[in-house]
Amino acid sequence: MSPLDNTYEKQFKVIGTRPPRPDGIEKVTGKAQYGADLYVPDMLYAKILRSPHPHAKIISIDTSEAEKLDGVKAVVTSKDFSKFSDNKPSDTLVNCIAHEKALYDGHCVAAVAALSNTIAKSALKLINVEYEILPHVTDVDEAMKTDSPIVNKGYVLENVPKGFSENVTSYYEFGHGDLDNGFNNADLIVERTFKTEAAHQGYIEPHACLASMTPDGKADLWCCTQGHYNVRALCADIMGMESSQLRVTPSEIGGGFGGKTTIFIEPIALALSLKSGKPVKLVMTRDEVFKATGPTVSSSMDVKIGMTKDGVITAGEANLRYQGGAFPNGTVEMGAQSAFAAYDLKAVRTKGWNVLTNRPKQAAYRAPGAPQAIYAVESVVDELCQKLNLDPLEIRIKNAAKKGTKSSYGPTFDDIGLIATLEAAKKHPHYLAPLEENQGRGLSCGFWFNFGGDTCVTLNVNFDGTIGVTEGNPDIGGSRASISQMAAEELGISYDKVRTIIADTNSLGHNEVTDGSRVTFAVGLATIKAARAAIKEMCKRVSLIWGIDEDAVRWENGSAIPAGPNAGQFDPMSIEEIAAMSSQTGGPIAGHHEVNAEGAGVSFGVHLADVEVDKETGSTKVLRYTVFQDAGKAIHPSYVEGQMQGGAVQGIGWALNEEYIYGEDGRLQNAGFLDYRIPVASDLPMIEPVILEIPNPGHPYGVRGVGETSIVPPLAAINNAVSRATNIRFSELPLSPPKVLSSLKKEINDG
Amino acid sequence: MSQVHIKTKINGDNIEFLCDPEETLLDILRDKLHLTGTKEGCGTGDCGACSITLDGKLVCSCLVLGAEADNSEISTIEGMSNGEKLHPLQQKFLDHAALQCGVCTPGILVAAKSLLEKNPDPTESEVRYWLAGNLCRCTGYDKIIKAVLDAAKEMRS
Repeated sequence: MSPLDNTYEKQFKVIGTRPPRPDGIEKVTGKAQYGADLYVPDMLYAKILRSPHPHAKIISIDTSEAEKLDGVKAVVTSKDFSKFSDNKPSDTLVNCIAHEKALYDGHCVAAVAALSNTIAKSALKLINVEYEILPHVTDVDEAMKTDSPIVNKGYVLENVPKGFSENVTSYYEFGHGDLDNGFNNADLIVERTFKTEAAHQGYIEPHACLASMTPDGKADLWCCTQGHYNVRALCADIMGMESSQLRVTPSEIGGGFGGKTTIFIEPIALALSLKSGKPVKLVMTRDEVFKATGPTVSSSMDVKIGMTKDGVITAGEANLRYQGGAFPNGTVEMGAQSAFAAYDLKAVRTKGWNVLTNRPKQAAYRAPGAPQAIYAVESVVDELCQKLNLDPLEIRIKNAAKKGTKSSYGPTFDDIGLIATLEAAKKHPHYLAPLEENQGRGLSCGFWFNFGGDTCVTLNVNFDGTIGVTEGNPDIGGSRASISQMAAEELGISYDKVRTIIADTNSLGHNEVTDGSRVTFAVGLATIKAARAAIKEMCKRVSLIWGIDEDAVRWENGSAIPAGPNAGQFDPMSIEEIAAMSSQTGGPIAGHHEVNAEGAGVSFGVHLADVEVDKETGSTKVLRYTVFQDAGKAIHPSYVEGQMQGGAVQGIGWALNEEYIYGEDGRLQNAGFLDYRIPVASDLPMIEPVILEIPNPGHPYGVRGVGETSIVPPLAAINNAVSRATNIRFSELPLSPPKVLSSLKKEINDG
Repeated sequence: MSQVHIKTKINGDNIEFLCDPEETLLDILRDKLHLTGTKEGCGTGDCGACSITLDGKLVCSCLVLGAEADNSEISTIEGMSNGEKLHPLQQKFLDHAALQCGVCTPGILVAAKSLLEKNPDPTESEVRYWLAGNLCRCTGYDKIIKAVLDAAKEMRS
């Protein structure tokens, strides 16, 4: 073994190749089991009744007629959750089922379990809920005003400045330097107000679970989730259970993007199972997914940036107002931290306010909080460059954050790949390709923090010398392949000798949610360390066989060998030979690693977008799109590319079409894929990925998380491209055809 | 209302079932026959995750009633491979890493197979427009389009 902990300088054999994923055949043949795919004997089907009102007091719920319907086995309301009578309901529970008030259109008020879906649906119609309708608010700026209806009382933190309604619950501030001095030194200052609408994560698999709970307080729960340990913690708290009594098994997951990091229906299914004494399956409809889960925050933002004639940014300021539904959240804090992260600035200040509205509780969405803030900042930087006739890429290189930069949110950066990423974009043929009439090119930087966190891995050496890796993070985009690759690389064996599985909550210690772009980084790190522990044990076993010191044995290419000429003459012992003898040398061999992983390493990306705007319809076509991103080390390049392409297209959808539309009545107007329009294949060109590899010192192979950064730049890249194509500066997303067309017409009318 | 007795052929096998008059073919496939490779993403015909062929025609099974399937021939993802031999489209999806979460994959494979039966040599645009009714939220479609074009090429040779 190398004495160095970090081995990213070495020649890899398995890392960087593109083997087939272990779950691939199941997924192309329809065998893979997702959340809704499990059926067990004597199972009931559940359905949820939801509030049609955005804000209403629940006067009474009469479930007696529903209970009488033939085939109905249980009906639950908030009365069936003891935490409400104890006065200790968590926000998560109140979001799962309304207690005294319905807080948004689609808030769950009751649920039924019956012999079939048909019966359960019929039973919902027999539940009589009496509401007292209350005034509502869904717009972030309206909700901040002192005369706004109050959504949810008792959440205002002490540091929130005066002058707002009680819907403003938290306030954050970051930055350094003298802003006034900075703006005084600028030759040009641009200040603009921006708005973005809420976008839904839009995973194709609706939330689904199957719960089986017994009167002695034990339960098994199968569900699609990004983090079954978090599901266990939240459900155990709500149901008043001990963690050990609730076993959560994650199904295959049909997309999450942050939206499946929390729970919505699982406690309802558990309560129905307890009450009926039978297993209960609960699957959301798409309408329910839109109304009651996710989406991300909507925002209203002011950004002011000063620049000299030769392109030095002298000061930057951003005020961010985010609403994330009826409960507080910290998304605006991450927005305020990331807004100016790509820049090395002497004077910068960001402020953020979180606001409550009568909308569903926001859930994380890929780099939560960053796309909005960076869209506003990158749009203003582009406008400054355009007005000062400066190359927007050169100006970003000129002002880029680098190793040693004190970031706008506090920490000083280590090795980061931003300048290399910008240089790669500058050299790429896309940047200088000619454009035609009504076409525009947009550019934006993106940033995400990346996380590590609590991680456990067990690596078992089977008696035939093959390897079983047990990890605890649902695989959302091919991570089982990359984890197997890292185990194979470290052990010096081939990829097909390793099988990685994801364990249930009782089979492995706590693992954080699959989020924060953490899995390949943190689970990979733990896998490498677990492999090293197994190697150490195998060297020890061989030392016993050879009768030499443990230190005199080392590991090379999947075999134990003498460490040097003084250790003696022995033929190498392969992992197969060592494993076959393990019963005689002390028992089965395994390596473990448990860690709260640090050193995730921040991530930067740069996107180039070419668009053409149809001036007759206001419709925008993306012609060419290139993504440049630092992956640290791409373990399985195809899945790294996939993250870059998929995130870019989600961002394109957010920029061009996706939005939550609320009516005057506070009801969601477009709760379906027909009216909430995510990108389809015919909307798009190929998305070219360019992977850079600037090793992250915090990972043995240099890995940097790649999953989230890619959704950040498209909002501004598209906005800048459309603005340059039309010569109109847009400041509200999405740039849907009616919005663009009305601006084009206004421009013509204004001459 | 009493249930309806339906006779069909699914993936080559004679299958009979009883269904409620309002039950969709998707619900029958999943809840009654446990052919869960066909997925429900929306229930309104917008996402294509429940794509099957009904008498050779590509349809969203969430928009067909179970009772309408009487005397019809149905193909689902479960019938796509031949024993342990994958269909070229399935193999190319693996080779090109054309799936991430994989939940849209069965519907896209069924739809793509239907395209290549009609048009063995489609252009990129033709593939994109044919698959415009199949939503994928993970991949940005890039690798899916490449996999379909590559499978078409192999199937022609």
